[in-house]
Amino acid sequence: MANVTLRNVRKTYPGGFEAIKGVNVDVGDGQFCVLVGPSGCGKSTLLRMVAGLETVTGGEIDIGGRIVNQIEPADRDIAMVFQNYALYPHMSVFNNMAYGLRNRGMKEAEVKSRVDEAARVLELTSMLERKPRQLSGGQRQRVAMGRAIVRQPKVFLFDEPLSNLDAKLRIAMRVEIRKLQRRLNTTSIYVTHDQLEAMTLADVLVVMNGGQVEQVGNPLAIYEKPATTFVASFIGAPPMNLMSIRADEIKSQLGSTNAGILGIRPEDFVITDQTPAGGVTLPLTVEAIERVGAETFVYGTRAQDEQRIAANPGELPPGEVIVRIPGSEAPPIGEKIRVAATRQKLHLFSGDGRTRIEA
Amino acid sequence: MQKQAIFQSRLLPYALVAPQLAIVLIFFYWPALQAVIQSFLLQDAFGLSTTFVWFENYIELFKDVAYFEAIVRTFFFSFAIAVSSLSFALLLAVMADKPLRGSMLYRTLLIWPYAVAPPVVGVLWIFMLHPSLGVLSRYLRNMGIDWNPLLDGDQAAALIILAAAWKQISYNFLFFLAGLQAIPKSVFEAAAIDGARPMRRFWTVTFPLLSPTIFFLLVVNIVYAFFDTFGIIDTMTRGGPGTSTVTLVYKVYSDGLLGGNLGSSAAQSVILMVMVIVLTGIQFRFVERKVTY
Repeated sequence: MANVTLRNVRKTYPGGFEAIKGVNVDVGDGQFCVLVGPSGCGKSTLLRMVAGLETVTGGEIDIGGRIVNQIEPADRDIAMVFQNYALYPHMSVFNNMAYGLRNRGMKEAEVKSRVDEAARVLELTSMLERKPRQLSGGQRQRVAMGRAIVRQPKVFLFDEPLSNLDAKLRIAMRVEIRKLQRRLNTTSIYVTHDQLEAMTLADVLVVMNGGQVEQVGNPLAIYEKPATTFVASFIGAPPMNLMSIRADEIKSQLGSTNAGILGIRPEDFVITDQTPAGGVTLPLTVEAIERVGAETFVYGTRAQDEQRIAANPGELPPGEVIVRIPGSEAPPIGEKIRVAATRQKLHLFSGDGRTRIEA
Repeated sequence: MQKQAIFQSRLLPYALVAPQLAIVLIFFYWPALQAVIQSFLLQDAFGLSTTFVWFENYIELFKDVAYFEAIVRTFFFSFAIAVSSLSFALLLAVMADKPLRGSMLYRTLLIWPYAVAPPVVGVLWIFMLHPSLGVLSRYLRNMGIDWNPLLDGDQAAALIILAAAWKQISYNFLFFLAGLQAIPKSVFEAAAIDGARPMRRFWTVTFPLLSPTIFFLLVVNIVYAFFDTFGIIDTMTRGGPGTSTVTLVYKVYSDGLLGGNLGSSAAQSVILMVMVIVLTGIQFRFVERKVTY
């Protein structure tokens, strides 16, 4: 069991590209840490640096009180589950799981008992003699998990392990991974671009963008109080509505002077003509309706909208607002409606989107 | 997806394959047939009369100690050439597979020797290792080795094997490099995390995963050593000293064109042809199975 601490970790490639620009993260013993961010944000690179598959060009990586920057992957006492599973195609399931143990000179009886135990937990017992090519995607994924757990390492590293599975299996495996991690109580770092996976798995959520950490914390805390507009639009689906606000609006309605961007989550709107005290209302023209059964998404255009903030990934096109309402009742397309949100549900950010303003 | 082309006219498809068929028939089947016919004939020394002798040429061959020696020698050469060329190419490929600066440049340079024609390879190596002209011969003699492949049959054989293996390294290197690059990097990374040191990683992961490539190249190299070494042998040793570098192919040439024994030469060709058919059969049988591990 071990803590993992990243201190001002940097990665600059020989060409001069800076992939990781000084990351500080502290993962406590037994915690499940999820690195989430869009493609190319450096989350996989960071994980590979922890694994020892990429060199560290600055800062320190500390696993269980030991600086591992110069230590070989094999000696870091970590296990990794790869996106493509990286099973040894020429070895049986049993040998795939036993490989790491045999390399470390473990007695064959002990190897067998550990592999059998892992196979039992992962329901692979009947497949131990098969080759990876004879397994389904979900089974291969479980073998990859088994290969990690037989070693009983200090840290599990997961590099988008579920992204090659279909949607249904992905949800099932997500729950399995969480249960397994809880039971083994092994410190884990998990990389994903799927914010839902991140929200449901994490004890500690690290939102990354452009090689930097945007926000670290409990997933719900991040959802409720996103630190930047990037986090606000990345965490939560559909994304938070972000709109620039004029100085007079801020003064009159919100009582804040330096906020430049207003954020409201789609689920925090209600369709009403009344302006709640201290809250906001928006006049909308309904453009499209998406009914998914339990809830309905209303896509509207703001009637009076002159200026917009710079676009972030995941942000709505200028002028468009998403409203999420329960049930399947919805106003007809083309109708002019008013939506309102209370003061407590408003998120205020500085004009550049880099700072959250608590009013 | 429709894979079969549909023709309106019944003659058009035949017309379209006719040129290819004509080439195959004229340049492959006809000479082969000629060789088979010739192998049943016996010609007198002046080429004035020809007798049909059935299998006599073949029977004579198998009674001939020199032919038996040539078979053994050819197998030994093939084995030595294939093993040395394959192992050296694999070593180079494993090293070239690493993401190093300028890798494209040295990968390209390593492929060049394949473009050199066999006789040129022979000339090149004889210049380096000729007992009186060779650059390297002096060093060998300074090291106390009595180097003279023109007189010493074993040294001549070594020279042939060296030159033939060298030429084939490029070809093997290409296939090994492609084979290595087809293995996902993450498999090696997983093995590294699993505690396998580089040598163990090579023998337990890389080598087994390359085994289909190795098998394919083994067959190709044996065929190469059987047939394509003619140019090298002819420029370097002409089968000598004595008959110490006469392989089956070289014997076909020397018995037929130099010795004038066309019937025996043809019979030898036919035997070689059968060998090629067998080797190709093995290759198709095993290599066509996509995954052999």
